[in-house]
Amino acid sequence: MSLFSRFGDWVREGQVWGSVLRHGVPRDRRTRAMAILSNVFLHLHPVAIRKSGIRLSFTWCMGGLTFFLFLIEVVTGVLLMFYYRPTVEYAYFDIQGLRAHVTLGLLREMHRWGAHAMVIAIWLHMLRVFLTGSYKPPREFNWTIGVILLVLTLLLSFTGYLLPWDQLAMWAITVGSNMARATPLIGHEGPLAQYVQIGGVPLVHAGDDARFGLLAGTFVGPNALLRFYVLHCIFIPLVVGVLIAVHFWRIRKDGGISGPL
Amino acid sequence: MIESMNSLLAGETLLASGGVETVKNAINWVCQPHWFFVLSCGVTGVFLGGYRALTRPAVALFALIAFTIAYGLSAMDADFLSIIIKPDNVPITLMIYLFGFFIWLGFRQAAVNDENTEQGRPLIEAGSDDKVLVWPDLVYIELIAMVLCTVFIIVWAVVLRAPLEQPADPSLAPNPAKAPWYFLGLQELLVYFDPWIAGVLLPGLIVVGLIAVPYLDKNPRGNGYYTFKERKFAISMFMIGFVILWLVLIVFGTFLRGPNWNFFGPYEYWDVHRPAALLNINLSEIFWVQWLNQGIPTEGRWGLPHFVYRELPGIVVLLGYFFVLPVMLRVTVFKRMGDQIGLIRYSLLIMLFLWMALIPIKMVLRWGWNFKYIVGITEWFLNF
Repeated sequence: MSLFSRFGDWVREGQVWGSVLRHGVPRDRRTRAMAILSNVFLHLHPVAIRKSGIRLSFTWCMGGLTFFLFLIEVVTGVLLMFYYRPTVEYAYFDIQGLRAHVTLGLLREMHRWGAHAMVIAIWLHMLRVFLTGSYKPPREFNWTIGVILLVLTLLLSFTGYLLPWDQLAMWAITVGSNMARATPLIGHEGPLAQYVQIGGVPLVHAGDDARFGLLAGTFVGPNALLRFYVLHCIFIPLVVGVLIAVHFWRIRKDGGISGPL
Repeated sequence: MIESMNSLLAGETLLASGGVETVKNAINWVCQPHWFFVLSCGVTGVFLGGYRALTRPAVALFALIAFTIAYGLSAMDADFLSIIIKPDNVPITLMIYLFGFFIWLGFRQAAVNDENTEQGRPLIEAGSDDKVLVWPDLVYIELIAMVLCTVFIIVWAVVLRAPLEQPADPSLAPNPAKAPWYFLGLQELLVYFDPWIAGVLLPGLIVVGLIAVPYLDKNPRGNGYYTFKERKFAISMFMIGFVILWLVLIVFGTFLRGPNWNFFGPYEYWDVHRPAALLNINLSEIFWVQWLNQGIPTEGRWGLPHFVYRELPGIVVLLGYFFVLPVMLRVTVFKRMGDQIGLIRYSLLIMLFLWMALIPIKMVLRWGWNFKYIVGITEWFLNF
């Protein structure tokens, strides 16, 4: 036996290894099952899985990639938060400085392209689930969760779009948020909003309608930047994280990856 | 290098004087909104009709090569190139290829499965008792997928810089001002609908409609495997709604909408000074002025405010569309389906269906007759 493998055995039989991984090397059926069961990250998988269910041509791996891209976004996003200040004075120049002065300033590129890739991946995931009829009973509710996750992914991307605070960002968000002005009843240019009034005093106007609530102002300004920053970095990711947990949990509870009944 | 580029350019100019410009003009012409839309509907229809023959690998490979050559040649045109190399438009190219590939992959397996079922052979996905251990069979696939995905994103990040334009300036609106690419389909709808429909109601209905899908689709077949034959209605609706009304409109908004949201062919220069669109007219104008040969009513009648009276023809049309048509469809084309899914499900389904159908209807009315509103009560911001 070579010195190398003897060293390996010594490590694997020691107390430290055994305390971290409570099973042996996954070589036989029992230890392979243990590898999945005793690991907090892996245990969202079942121990054994339908062979046709893991063929790439069946799943396209798009749900998994969407989740992995979300993780890339979280990691690069947290690193970006070290450098970025969400104020009109600094935002643009912080982004500019990222590429010029910061080691691994490439993170911003990864964050942006990862976000685009995530939007495409989640659409492809939806297409796959639809084409295989995987939303049918008993998975109806998990499809609902998936639709909400899809909307939240778009909102994450949309709120992040404003943060570089360049012309592209400001006007894309202006175009997007102008829609809210036209919300029925609660947008000041929306249908019938003028009849929402108390004693002849109109309640809905530019200074307090749906768009104002979204932007914290009547135009895309400093308040909107802060609001989108908080939504982008804290609020939506938290909700998405919880819903992802539910989504994965429900895959297991609803019978695993779909297949012919 | 530069010399070869020059000779290439010279060659192109030589060609340009002849056939190339004619081809480009023809493609520009075909890409006008109505032809582009009709063409995509036609392509989708032909694809769904002949999916078994059209998804054969040889045919798919030919389509891929043909499209890539066409796309590559188009990239030699300066105006087209300037659009596709915008950093935020790169995902669109990626999206076109990925969706082309995966739609093929899905329908290819559907074709094989449908063939198998007809001849009594098992499905591709058959053998559900055949189980493998997640370690190592699945975790290694996941690991490789994660590594490749990371490499892909890093290479993309190294090769292409994220866009950063001039600092934001509230007083300097760019022309055209475009929403992020994934919302361009909705922005395109703004041409045909009022903001409260295009920006609020339709997005809301898309979300509600998607959530409702599993509760409306009571067809028990096609659960967990690729098929088209057993779920023709559901899959066709999804292809129309998602591929045509969402993805195609995104492609349209990216490539073919220029300054002032005017239409520009893929090889046309985005001229800011091109005159804006024609004046559009409402149904009320057509009804009162063109058909009845009188002025638009300025006085109310039967206790109605004048603008409600003015828009009565449109209101009647809309009421018919949303309340009479569903009944007529229920007893004719949707009879069997209505019997199967019951009244409540049918009512929800038909509402979603009619709203979806309203999009192409209003598009065609706009392109063909410069039609603006069916009901245009601008006094209440209530325009359909």
